[in-house]
Amino acid sequence: MNVMDTRATSAMLYLDGVHVSFDGFRAINNLSLALEPGEMRAIIGPNGAGKTTMMDIITGKTKPDVGVVLFDGVTDLTRLDETRIAELGIGRKFQKPTVFESQTVQDNLLLALNVDHSVRGTLFWRGSKAESERIDKVLETIRLTEARNRLAGSLSHGQKQWLEIGMLLAQDPKLLLVDEPVAGMTDVETHLTAELLKEINKTHTVMVVEHDMTFVRELGVKVTCLHEGTVLAEGSIDQVSSNERVIEVYLGR
Amino acid sequence: MTPHMLTRSLDRGATMFLAIVAACGILIPLSNLLLPAGSFFQVPTYLVALWGKYVCYAILALSIDLIWGYCGILSLGHGAFFALGGYAMGMYLMRQIGTRGVYGNPILPDFMVFLNYPKLPWYWHGFDMFWFAALMVLLVPGLLAFCFGWLAFRSRVTGVYLSIITQAMTYALLLAFFRNDFGFGGNNGLTDFKDILGFNVQAEGTRAALFMLSCLGLIVSFLICRAVVSSKLGKVLIAIRDAESRSRFFGYRVESYKLFVFTLSACMAGVAGALYVPQVGIINPSEFAPGNSIEAVIWVAVGGRGTLVGAALGAVVVNYAKTFFTSGVLAPYWLFMLGALFILVTLLLPKGIVGTFNAWRESSSEKRAAASAAAEGGITEPNMAE
Amino acid sequence: MFLIAFAVPAFAGPFEDAVAKFANDDFSDTDEAIGAVASSGNKLAFPIISALQDGRLMADPDSKKVYVTGSDGKSIDAATGEPVASVPDSASAVRLNNRLRRSVDAALGSLTLQSPDLATRLQAAQSVFKSHEESALEPVDAALAKETSKSVKVALGEARAAILLFKPDATEVEKLEAVATIRARGDQEALALLTGMGDQPALVAKAAASAIGSIQSSLAVWSTVQNAWYGLSLGSVLLLAAIGLAITFGVMGVINMAHGEMVMIGAYTTFVVQEVIRTRYPGLFDYSLLIAVPLAFLVAGAIGVVIERGIIRFLYGRPLETLLATWGLSLVLQQEVRTMFGPTNREVGNPSWMSGAFELGQITITYNRLWILCFTLAVFAILLAMLRYTALGLEMRAVTQNRRMAASMGIATSRVDALTFGLGSGIAGIAGVALSQIDNVSPNLGQSYIIDSFMVVVFGGVGNLWGTLVGAFTLGIANKFLEPVAGAVLGKIAILVLIILFIQKRPRGLFALKGRAVEA
Repeated sequence: MNVMDTRATSAMLYLDGVHVSFDGFRAINNLSLALEPGEMRAIIGPNGAGKTTMMDIITGKTKPDVGVVLFDGVTDLTRLDETRIAELGIGRKFQKPTVFESQTVQDNLLLALNVDHSVRGTLFWRGSKAESERIDKVLETIRLTEARNRLAGSLSHGQKQWLEIGMLLAQDPKLLLVDEPVAGMTDVETHLTAELLKEINKTHTVMVVEHDMTFVRELGVKVTCLHEGTVLAEGSIDQVSSNERVIEVYLGR
Repeated sequence: MTPHMLTRSLDRGATMFLAIVAACGILIPLSNLLLPAGSFFQVPTYLVALWGKYVCYAILALSIDLIWGYCGILSLGHGAFFALGGYAMGMYLMRQIGTRGVYGNPILPDFMVFLNYPKLPWYWHGFDMFWFAALMVLLVPGLLAFCFGWLAFRSRVTGVYLSIITQAMTYALLLAFFRNDFGFGGNNGLTDFKDILGFNVQAEGTRAALFMLSCLGLIVSFLICRAVVSSKLGKVLIAIRDAESRSRFFGYRVESYKLFVFTLSACMAGVAGALYVPQVGIINPSEFAPGNSIEAVIWVAVGGRGTLVGAALGAVVVNYAKTFFTSGVLAPYWLFMLGALFILVTLLLPKGIVGTFNAWRESSSEKRAAASAAAEGGITEPNMAE
Repeated sequence: MFLIAFAVPAFAGPFEDAVAKFANDDFSDTDEAIGAVASSGNKLAFPIISALQDGRLMADPDSKKVYVTGSDGKSIDAATGEPVASVPDSASAVRLNNRLRRSVDAALGSLTLQSPDLATRLQAAQSVFKSHEESALEPVDAALAKETSKSVKVALGEARAAILLFKPDATEVEKLEAVATIRARGDQEALALLTGMGDQPALVAKAAASAIGSIQSSLAVWSTVQNAWYGLSLGSVLLLAAIGLAITFGVMGVINMAHGEMVMIGAYTTFVVQEVIRTRYPGLFDYSLLIAVPLAFLVAGAIGVVIERGIIRFLYGRPLETLLATWGLSLVLQQEVRTMFGPTNREVGNPSWMSGAFELGQITITYNRLWILCFTLAVFAILLAMLRYTALGLEMRAVTQNRRMAASMGIATSRVDALTFGLGSGIAGIAGVALSQIDNVSPNLGQSYIIDSFMVVVFGGVGNLWGTLVGAFTLGIANKFLEPVAGAVLGKIAILVLIILFIQKRPRGLFALKGRAVEA
């Protein structure tokens, strides 16, 4: 692999001319997007716009037919698998909360910690004080200290969403991809989640996919609207939501 | 195994299980050897051999539970690893026969003389030495599992697809070992053993010692399994079982974990087979039959997948039932019962005996805890991890 | 009496003298007798010579009388044709040596060359071709002059050519013509004849060498065609066994390890139908399979529905448990059939239109294999049409693609599940009817197909019927081409290993679906 000694871009995440099709259906069509370090970006768009497929491409689950996907300006993500990409520092929260249901909240966080993930390392692992302190801190952030010994499967829907965000915090990636974090949450929980993400954004680059416009507005960040696998509009929430095409295909009149 | 791993793996259930196995492993052979034949407490030799067989099955069940119960890999070909371990031991035992065979050939086993082999095939060399055979017992199943797993896990063959190709694997081996020119005795397999390490395999003392060794094998296998599942690696395995792709996104190399545990499990199955062969006195290709492997899976399901004690218990219970029913007037109904067992366990008792018992105990202790918490207004006690 | 007296004159003539020579127990006398009897034109010539061939010609050295003992144990006097009560104890069978055996063959050949029965004439010509005795040249020429049937004429021409090739005093022109005729025949026997004819004039040897080369290459082509046919035939069997599985596993995602037992039940249904026909309506035997097909579909289909309702529906979304439960079910079904019909093979007969074979060029095609191939393709086509054009097919596809959406649109998903599973099982039952024609009908019948069927479906790609078709024929043909090279068992092992490797490369088969839907 040709390692470039100069960064091709200053962006943390850089997508250019990406195409993917499944059996003739073009899921992603000439998609180009750049996320600067430390930025938080909200992605909106109708169902089937390619939001989840885009995340699949970034995290290595799906390989693009053509196109450039660069992480941190130097690493070509299209050549790597999910594990390698996660090791590089890209974390992902799924649309449907996916936690390890048959294990405790505490163990879920332990599994997410970005320590030695090799077979040997985990076989001979002994807990350390630093690790348990980090877990305690995350538990506090996501307000699950009380539930630390409960099975993750027994948590409420909102708690599971938070646990998954907490797992991302424990993983401590450079870039967080968050897919519909407030789906199915109450208003209060939604508000708390927005606060949490803003807090996380102080130290991490974040990309959030969300339908809830109130939530997106509350985040107060740059918005990208996807449609049919390509960027339809980009800018502040006010700019985007007043764009004629966006209103037509997504927001409605 | 480091000390902290040992202490971590020994919870109350595990200690109790080990104590029972150790007690059986010592008391049964002693009663067989020391007490007069016919006395009430004397265990007859045929029972020692029979229970020795069950113990070997229990090791096989542990190895299946390790991958199925904790990592979600349902292998329908574990009988192949068991049989390969058995063949490696059988080859050693064949070489020990020496000139006492029907044809009296000092080097070639009888079946080779019969089939006009000019000389010993290259892969039979070294099996006259016990240490070499013992090494092969681990190495051959381990290597096959490693190669097979490397191919399968790397290309993410999972679930029923993996089950089906493991079944195809054991089926292919079945066909191969049935062939005379494959060099393993064709459909007669290997039998008529005389000595193991200089002791007569038929002798009471040897049988008692083999029983003891099998119990020791079970204890060691159990400890290894416990050490694995109670380590952080065990948590990763469960994470892979429950949400494989999620584990990948946390940076776990799923294929390496699966490969490790699959290979370990195959080695254990091989040891079980190696202990089994001298006690039953024969190894033939029918051990590769796909049905055998599936039957071993049902032992685990009956006992409780994901509970190591359950797997061992299931192996003993189902095989005891098999011996009991197939020897009496109920023999024609055994297959009905076995079939019904498959159906009923999956439908009505998905957690198996031990799993159901654990769940019942947990829920009742939870109720008690909740009651006391309500009374004291304190914090509930942490649940057991398992 | 009068008729026999008329046919066989009572006085001793050349025929009677010739017959008496058989009693001399002398090989050269016997040889003369064969020639004289064969050329006598007497009606008894054929029974005498064929009795001689079978060791049923008895001669009494004391009375010089010769008898023909029929295969039914009754005897006649060879010279007069009159029945005799018993052959004297002093009589023994006329002995033959290898030289005489050839004479007998040739004599029989020429005797039957002009038989009124076409098949007999053809066979006689073939046997002359094989024996190529010089003595048969005259009868062959005589027969050729009278022959009217085209196929017999060709056979006689080939027989004549074979004789000429081995006749030392035949001219070079005759021999060259003969080589050309045999080259045109072009089969294994022609090749054997040409390679075994010994020293020949240079020109003839050259022509023969070129003919050998041409026959060999054409035979190679034919053996490829033969392998391809065997492969197609095996492929059709695999497809038949796998089609039902392609529905239950491919479309529904249910692992039915008892699928093979559905095939077995179909085969036993055929057995029961034939038993009833044999005892009650023997005239209907040729229709037994036509009756068995719908019955097997209904029986296996009904059992399938019961299985789905009773077991499988509780296990949706738990494929590994489904696998175990259905394996248990397969044990129960096998044991049930074993209890009802016994553990041994049961006899299922071929109707007349399924037995026999015909020749196509240099290969033989049996009717049962051909019918099974046609039947398989018909079942496949009907199934495809059913999925595409009927309401049930539409509902089935809807439920497969999006169960919740289908349910919310008013499709009774559980009814569709039961019917789909019933359909898959019913087709397995139909497969059993066909397989009963070529395989042993025993309780283990299904076991031998289950792994192969899964291999076909997995190899072809789950959820795609065309994939199953291509997969079955690919595996069938690959198997039959590997077999001559590696042997039957090693060939099968090689196929299994190749599939295992293939699954590593393409985990979802030849015709895999792509995209996010697959993950769900």
